[in-house]
Amino acid sequence: MKKQSIDSRSAKPKPWYDPRVRALFFQIISLAVVFWAGWVLIDNTLSNMEDRGISTGFGFLDETAGFGIIMHLVPFDATMSYGRTFWVGLTNTLLVSAMGVVAATIIGFLVGVARLSSNWLVAKIALVYIEVIRNIPLLLQIFFWYFAVLASLPAPRQSMEVGGAFFLNNRGLYLPGPVTQDGFGLVWGAILVAIAAAVGLRSWAKKRQKASGQIFPTVKVSIALLVLLPLVAFFIAGQPLEWDLPALKGFNFDGGISLIPELAALWVALSLYTASFIAEIVRSGILAVSKGQTEASKALGLPNGLTLRLIVIPQAMRVIIPPLTSQYLNLVKNSSLATAIGYPDLVSVFMGTTLNQTGQAVEVVAITMSVYLTISLLISLLMNLYNRAVEIKER
Amino acid sequence: MTESTIKPPKKNLGPVKWMRTHLFSSWYNTLLTLVVGYLLVTSVGPLVNWVFLDATFEGSGPGDCVGEGACWLFVNQRLNFFIYGFYPDELQWRVDIMFALLALAFVPQFIEGFPGRKWLGIFGMTGLPIIGYVLIPGGILGLEEVESSKWGGLMLTLILAYIGILASLPIGVLLAIGRRSDMPVIRGLCVVFIEVWRAVPLITVLFMASVMLPLFLPEGVNFEKLVRALIGITLWQSAYMAEVIRGGLQAIPRGQYEAAGALGLGYWRKMGLVILPQALKLVIPGIVNTFIALFKDTTLVLIIGLFDILGAVQSTIADPAWQNVAIEGYVFVAFCFWVFCFGISRYSQNLERKLDTGHKT
Repeated sequence: MKKQSIDSRSAKPKPWYDPRVRALFFQIISLAVVFWAGWVLIDNTLSNMEDRGISTGFGFLDETAGFGIIMHLVPFDATMSYGRTFWVGLTNTLLVSAMGVVAATIIGFLVGVARLSSNWLVAKIALVYIEVIRNIPLLLQIFFWYFAVLASLPAPRQSMEVGGAFFLNNRGLYLPGPVTQDGFGLVWGAILVAIAAAVGLRSWAKKRQKASGQIFPTVKVSIALLVLLPLVAFFIAGQPLEWDLPALKGFNFDGGISLIPELAALWVALSLYTASFIAEIVRSGILAVSKGQTEASKALGLPNGLTLRLIVIPQAMRVIIPPLTSQYLNLVKNSSLATAIGYPDLVSVFMGTTLNQTGQAVEVVAITMSVYLTISLLISLLMNLYNRAVEIKER
Repeated sequence: MTESTIKPPKKNLGPVKWMRTHLFSSWYNTLLTLVVGYLLVTSVGPLVNWVFLDATFEGSGPGDCVGEGACWLFVNQRLNFFIYGFYPDELQWRVDIMFALLALAFVPQFIEGFPGRKWLGIFGMTGLPIIGYVLIPGGILGLEEVESSKWGGLMLTLILAYIGILASLPIGVLLAIGRRSDMPVIRGLCVVFIEVWRAVPLITVLFMASVMLPLFLPEGVNFEKLVRALIGITLWQSAYMAEVIRGGLQAIPRGQYEAAGALGLGYWRKMGLVILPQALKLVIPGIVNTFIALFKDTTLVLIIGLFDILGAVQSTIADPAWQNVAIEGYVFVAFCFWVFCFGISRYSQNLERKLDTGHKT
């Protein structure tokens, strides 16, 4: 009897005990809830916007902006459209992010290596730098550089100067700008030829090493090529380069390349802050390569330089790169703090001024957020591709 | 005298030996030590002078800051504003009680073997927010009401960070479980939610909370600015929290799930009684680290017009009565944050070492 009842139960379970039915039920319920919530939000938003007389749609992007922006990489003036302010903001964000990534990487690697230095003093200073900088909010550091350090620099007439070419004052940093003359195309051509030659040399050297085992000093020869070839071309073309020196005109400097204080403060703060995180990543990456690897390489008879280049660095990079990219992503996102000191980045220009003038909150916020979403998805896609390329291939 | 008692040569002993190996091991290291040491000596001296020796600590007003050094008098006189914002003087005892309770609940967590520290921690997560909800805004139990627009300073910073982390924890747990679910629709929804919030900067979230939230809500329903900021911070933080907790869930071996299933536990009891207690214990250091990050990020609320501690300082250094007190103000805030963050991060590193059972591959 008992056996029979067990059989009859297992033969035909009640539908609400069937995991597949349950899963289907829960998924339908959750989808329904999400759609209902989305519909309520959209409905509320539309009726609220109607009440306030805000029109929907992206038509506002073609209207005239009517405000100026202190720094723009793409041509811009107040008669241009709101759509144009988006590009100005985006290029400014990308500029400060790129500058920050380069500087933070250099400082971060230096400090990370210094942290492992056999010199006690250097290691301790690196430690203090890391522990101080990364425990202080970034916004505070930006304020410090902008309001406390750069604002206390002298006025343009009393600028600090180096050799009549570099000027630093409370309006920014002024550098001489290179102006290319006729014939500079030859130098560009030489640079291209040198790059192509270096790539060709590399593949030839690899092939030769595989065939004969002989090692060719590829790196040294490539560097020599990349420096000498353009230099020779430069002199052959008759030095077609002049410098545009900044000069005091009226109340401020004119000419050359200028770095506005907002950009300088943001750049310094972002680089120093991110570098303190990168330094820790670099340190842990180098420590993650076990000592046995170095010893094994020595036992095979590889010299120090090759051990470092072929054994230690590739393995350390495998550990370093993933957290490093997420730091780069953080830097790009943190560059939006620009809005606190008035550097015209995407958030400050587009989500600030443009949003306030047009009142198109939904569209502007959606565009801005999708820009950051795109950047971050793009970087994580590249990251995943890289990870797949370098991951340990097992069995 | 036997041979074994003869001391080694002086250069292989004590400080001399230490300096030979750590500072002057090669010509290159010697040069580095001398250059860095010179820079250090020349910069530390003036710094100490500015911070301590030449600084003004006491006085009655801006006129007393005449020395070359720092004007700590400014911080001293504005301390009340930096801590409480515009909270009325005669009601500040309510905030003081909350500070004391907060310290009572969480400082013992740093002290090994403190009696009942587990219960104090649980009180900090459950009873404390309820007491705070009654005490700080007031308006009930005969307490005078204080509007949230009057809150500010360190108090507001702590409220934002504390509620942000506490509210994002349960949402983060649900999102993390959802992301590990077998049901494709639920997993997809959780992945999209987490990745979207993680991809956008906090400042756009805050802007959205202050500009767009009123548009989303039905007619007549509206929140104060502080609540809107808290909603934004919580949603944003819960995405980060979910990723931390997911790391813990992934570290639990499959056998634990299967064993719980074999005992006949259903999904929620399996999660609640077997998996989550182990996973959460594993990720305590991670949660502490996200707390530090959030604590630093709360400063961003000054951009949407709330007076946290940085906002309070930022608004007072512009006071024309005081000349050039920007550096003093920033150094003070930096010191406050540094003490909190450094202390907590040391604690989390300690914890990590203690929780590391050596089973990790």
